Formats: sequence, structure tokens, C-alpha cells
Amino acid sequence: MKKYLSFLRIRFIAGLQYRAAAWAGMATQFFWGGMTILMYRAFYKSDPASFPMSMSALSSYIWLQQAFLALFMGWYYDGEILDSVTTGSVGYELCRPCDLYAMWFIKNCAVRLSRAALRCLPILVFAALLPKPYCISLPASLPAAPLFLLSMAMGLAVVTAFSMLVYISAFYTLTTSGVRILAAAVTEFFSGAIIPIPFFPEPLQRVFCALPFASMQSTPFLIWTGHISGTEALGALAMQLIWLTALLAAGGLFMRSALRRVVVQGG
Amino acid sequence: MLLRCQMQYRLSFLMTIIGQFLVSFTAFAGVYFMLARFHRVDGYSFSEILICFSVVLAAFAFAECFFRGFDSFQRLINSGSLDRLLVRPRGVVFQVLTSSMEFSRIGRLAQAVIMLVYALLTCEIDWNPARVLTLILMLVSGVTVFASLFVMHAGVSFFTIEGLEFTNILTDGSREFARYPLSIYGRGILRIYTYVVPIALFQYWPFLYLTGRSEDMRLMLAPLAAMLFVIPCAAVFRLGLRKYQSAGS
Repeated sequence: MKKYLSFLRIRFIAGLQYRAAAWAGMATQFFWGGMTILMYRAFYKSDPASFPMSMSALSSYIWLQQAFLALFMGWYYDGEILDSVTTGSVGYELCRPCDLYAMWFIKNCAVRLSRAALRCLPILVFAALLPKPYCISLPASLPAAPLFLLSMAMGLAVVTAFSMLVYISAFYTLTTSGVRILAAAVTEFFSGAIIPIPFFPEPLQRVFCALPFASMQSTPFLIWTGHISGTEALGALAMQLIWLTALLAAGGLFMRSALRRVVVQGG
Repeated sequence: MLLRCQMQYRLSFLMTIIGQFLVSFTAFAGVYFMLARFHRVDGYSFSEILICFSVVLAAFAFAECFFRGFDSFQRLINSGSLDRLLVRPRGVVFQVLTSSMEFSRIGRLAQAVIMLVYALLTCEIDWNPARVLTLILMLVSGVTVFASLFVMHAGVSFFTIEGLEFTNILTDGSREFARYPLSIYGRGILRIYTYVVPIALFQYWPFLYLTGRSEDMRLMLAPLAAMLFVIPCAAVFRLGLRKYQSAGS
């Protein structure tokens, strides 16, 4: 366990070094969040009755999305890991006395955590200072706060477990660029990154909630805004747990069968 | 040559095209489901919004196909490959242009064209020669503006060395948010997009004339004004090129 923690720490600290990139990223995200909220405002003004949540809840959702973008981004893949398969340096990794799956998993989580750690606070503070209803508001209720944290952790694990499948597919395909774009497009759409899940038609929403993608960013953010609460929130958390277990199991199996056919060339 | 080179990885190439298509298709689906719920936004119907969306997307995809080399320009500077380009007896712009062309963006372009055709068929526009000309001007001007933005992005990286994420606000941001007529974001934003980054000059203003919301003939010529944007962008690039001192390696 200790060795995985040090992988986490090393990656986390390395990620904290890119501060200029973080500032540039934050500027982009302020703009993105602001414009997105202005867009929803136009829809709200056109027909407030069709809006599935309050304007203020939607603003919270958008700002959370921007603040924690790095945790849930569906298009991020660690170039180092992908290259390690193509260049063969994965051979060294296999010599280490630790599980390759666990190591990649931890490295991925660490990169996402460090990026989010650099960016989330300034964005949240800025978003809190905006006038109502365009600012981020506090969690909808007292019990929502711990549930939100728990759900965020599980969401991060689900995102990472899903991306692991793409990494492992590199053992078969070598170039993953096509798979990556496909996976990113599907993830973004079904996880509510393009438009939040409550904006889809009722029957579609039920389908979306059964997919693993809803367990990524949608569940924690909707818990924060109070869109799902009480037993419904517990149900959503259970769903996250089920998908996390399933994805981890699938990833483990996939990895084992991939490694069985790996031939590390000498030299 | 670049086309043939990219075609070698046929499966990957195909997957990338499908992926590109899917990425912009999800953006389209986003607009579709929003409009399915709200029917109209700020008085604009679905097919009217599709006109804006497809013009912007087509312009972006077309510009991206050919000007992609400028997008990764900082890599040329970082690696010192720019020096190699500079000693060759051909213009730098020409060489950067030909250094990389992303044919996989055809996925995006194809979708823009399909959307545009659909929008034009369903939208009740009272066609006359002036309106056809307006549409053509919108497209041509859009390509010019996005290409200028790519060139400016490259010019800026002469000074910053590292590619800066926030120039993406101008390129990707414009593509994302100009799906809807830019007036829905409020007056302030519309002004910025008219006077600072002239996206609205080839999107919102001529669109008013195209759909018959305004009879002002001057709006038809707004895209021409947007094309002047190429001047400051080229100037930034020239200035950067003149100040350029090699990284040394």
C-alpha cells in the first residue's frame, strides 16, 4: 500500500509544478463557465417553466463542473502510459514488484487530483463572489455535503476505471488515438458534460442513469444542487458503487488477458 | 503526400474521422435536446440556430483542415524545426501550411455540410440572389476569420514559447459558443464579438439579413468587414517572426 501512496505523492507533486498552465487554464474556465451560464440564462428567459431546475442550481452545477473539470475530463489520457506500451518501456514496469493495473490507476488519479487541486479553489471563490443567481451556492442541505464528497471520490474512481480500459486496449491496438476520441465523445455526452442530464427528455434520462457515465460527474453535482436527495441520492451512490466494482473487475480481467499475450522484445 | 501518409493507418484514420464526427455530433445533439425542451431561444427556432451552428462549424473545420500547422506552432519553435524552415527558399507561411494538414477533420466538415443543407431546407428563407450571396460571404469570411485566429495563435507563441491554453478561448471557444446566434449572450458579449473578435460579423449580423429579420443591406456586407481581421493577425505573426531568435538547439 505504501508504494502506491508514494506513486500518488510523486505524481501529485509533479502535477503541481505547471502553475503557468494552471493560470491559463483557469482564465479559460472562467470564460467557459460564464458563457455557458449566459447561454442557459437565454433559455431560462425564453421559457422558465421548462427549466428542470432553478437558475441558481444550474449555476452551481456549471461552476462545479468548471472547478473540478480536471477530475472528470473524459478526454484526458496520460501520454506517458500510452507511450510506454508503444515504446516497450512497459517492460520495466512489469519488472516492478507491484500490480500494473493498480499503479496506472493511482498515477491517473494523482494527475487528475493535482490539476484539480491547483484550479478548483480560485474558481470556486470567484464563482461565489458573483451576483445571485449566477453564483455558486452552498450544498442544498446539511447531509448533502458529506454525500457530495463521497460521491466525488467514487466519481473520480469510476472515470479512472473507465479510462483504464482504453489504456489496456493499447496492448492490442498500439495506437489508441481513434479509440480515445470515440471514448471521449461518448463519455462527454452521456456523463452530462455537454448538457446536464436533467435537461434531456424524461425517458432518456432513465437510460442515462443506468449507464456508467452518469456515475461520473453528474451524480455528485446533482447531489450538491439538491436535484437528487434522500433515498434517491443513496440509490445513485449505490449505482456508483456497482459500476465502480464492475469496471474494476472488467479492467482487471482485461489487463490479465492482455498481459498474457505481451511479448517484451529484448534490447 | 500528407493525405497518403495519414491513409496508411487506415483503421486509425477511419476511427479518428468517426470520432471527430461523433464529437461534433454530440454538440449537435446538445443543441437538439435543448431546443426539444424549450422550442425557441430568444425567438430563434431550431433550424435558424442550425444555420448559425453549421456556418460556424463549416468555417472552423475548413480553416482547421489547412491551418492546423499553426495550431501546433509552438512545437516548431520549441524543437527548433522553425530554423530549418527559415533557411529554405520558400515562404514560412507556405511551409507551415504544408507541414500538417488534418484530413481527419473531414468528419467535422461533413457534418457541418449535412447540417447546413438540412437547415436551409427546413428554414423558410425567401431566397433571392442577395441572400445567396450573403450565405456565401458568411462562409468565406468565417474561414478567413478562423484562419486568422490560428495565425495569431501561432504569432503569440513567438512571445510565450509555450502554447497558451487561453488562446483556445478565441478558437475553440468561438466555435462552441457561436452555435447559437451571439445575441443570446447579451449586449456586452455581442459587442466583444463584433468589435474585438469579429465572429458576430460573419454570424449574427448577416444572419439577421439572411432570415429577413432586417432589410438593412449593410448587414450583408458585414462579413467583408470581418475579413479585415486578417490584418492585425498577420501583423502579430510578422512581428513575432521578425523578433524571433532561435532557441539555439
